[in-house]
Amino acid sequence: MIEPQSPEPVIRVQDLVTHYGDRQILKGVSLTIREGEIMVIMGGSGSGKSTLLRHMMALEKATSGSIRLLGHELRELNQTELYSLCRKMGVSFQSGALFSSMTVGENIILPLREHTDLDQTTMEIMARLKLEVVDLAGFEDLMPSELSGGMIKRAALARAIIMDPALLLCDEPSAGLDPVVSSALDELILRLRDAMGMTIVVVTHELESAFKIADRITVLDRGEILAIGTVDEVRNSDNERIQNLLNRRFEEEELDPDAYLARLMGEA
Amino acid sequence: MAAPSGPSKPLRTIEGVGRAVTEAVRAFGFGAHLFFQSLYWVFFGRRVHQTVRAEPIFAQMMVVGVQATPIVSMLMVAIGITLSIQGIDSLEQFGAQHQVVFLVALSVTREFGPLITGILVAGRSGSALAARISTMTISQEVDALKVMGINPVRYLVVPSLIGMMIVVPALTLWAIGIALIGAGLFVTPQLGTTLGAYAAEVNASIGVDDLVHGLTKSLIFAVLITIVAVVDGNSVKGGAEGVGRVTTSAVVHGISAIVLTDMIFVFAATR
Repeated sequence: MIEPQSPEPVIRVQDLVTHYGDRQILKGVSLTIREGEIMVIMGGSGSGKSTLLRHMMALEKATSGSIRLLGHELRELNQTELYSLCRKMGVSFQSGALFSSMTVGENIILPLREHTDLDQTTMEIMARLKLEVVDLAGFEDLMPSELSGGMIKRAALARAIIMDPALLLCDEPSAGLDPVVSSALDELILRLRDAMGMTIVVVTHELESAFKIADRITVLDRGEILAIGTVDEVRNSDNERIQNLLNRRFEEEELDPDAYLARLMGEA
Repeated sequence: MAAPSGPSKPLRTIEGVGRAVTEAVRAFGFGAHLFFQSLYWVFFGRRVHQTVRAEPIFAQMMVVGVQATPIVSMLMVAIGITLSIQGIDSLEQFGAQHQVVFLVALSVTREFGPLITGILVAGRSGSALAARISTMTISQEVDALKVMGINPVRYLVVPSLIGMMIVVPALTLWAIGIALIGAGLFVTPQLGTTLGAYAAEVNASIGVDDLVHGLTKSLIFAVLITIVAVVDGNSVKGGAEGVGRVTTSAVVHGISAIVLTDMIFVFAATR
């Protein structure tokens, strides 16, 4: 476990409440993410983990609560300040979100082209460097549609780290991949942290991957935080819902007969 | 069993109408916002490190304008000839078939040139833009732009808008010229005159104000096509089917906007 290296955490989320339409997704979430650690946010489908990540990317507006990112309160930033904060942050989306009309190389270069005055040759060299890091050397001239699922995720990671961000956010980096490729991606994330000293937030529902890469784990369930702790602390937690999640036990919902009937009638 | 809950049918119909109206107002507002935001990025983008680049504008001009030239030319020759046939046929009844050049020149310059070009660009490029924006929204590419610190309006909308605003009037000017040539080739043997005399008569029929009228409309059409396509593309919901739906609606809404705006513009301009 890594001790906090600076007084100001990289991310501080406080009492975050969010809604999607009328439905409450996050019900007062608070957590801090320290410099240089890998924080895994874990939870089942619909637990709100992807929503939490989207709020950390400043893609959504919260109902209440605050998010401080690299020392800036997200709510107080104007658009220009937000964009310059984004440059210190890398994001790899679940689907990769590579621009389908550009080659892999052009995808990776895009942030450099938009934010720096480097010449083309330098940018290309930097892109090849990052492709080496993610083991995709020589693939820069292919289109994203010509890549496999694992390669797309690695290319997306290369694009996320092209600006050498202080903070890397990954949405389900290993979801939908076979165990070998998925394990290689975990190794890659560990390597990025060790080599570049990034703070990394990973959202995943893959237990094995979470245990392998995490310094600390946040367990999210139905919009609430069940636990925040080291791998061992979470693994040995006596919270029943955490154990259910870890042991892949299906949770029987306690049913009120009246409520059940009302739901079937479409009145709930 | 309890009766089905919720409001009665007429109430629900009224609610539906209300929702559609608010949705339309919202779309209008969003469209206006997009347009003014685009202008902001053009003039102040560089100051806040969101520079609008020239290459994608040229790329848009190439696709929207240059590549549309053959089909526009073909259609406008046909329009020119059609107008001539109709004109000669109907004016003959009054023995005024020599007025056909005046009729064709004026209607092509003020109406058919901008209108046909606008409709064609809406079908070719408005739909393509809507498909592009909606696909990028669904595959999180728009989100990816935002988290990279790249404003999607500046990066995606502005090049299309500027490209269209340059190339649609240019294409319209070309369309007017081609239609007049097409009409000339048909009319001169019919009336027993020469192309030179025809050209002189065209020149006497239309003034600069007619050309300005036509090209101003085409500039407005260019803005309408782009904004409608972006608003529709951005409203996409649900996968590939959604992309198809917004692409279709971008064409329908685009052409409707063109035709209605045309009427309003003509009404205002001729008073």
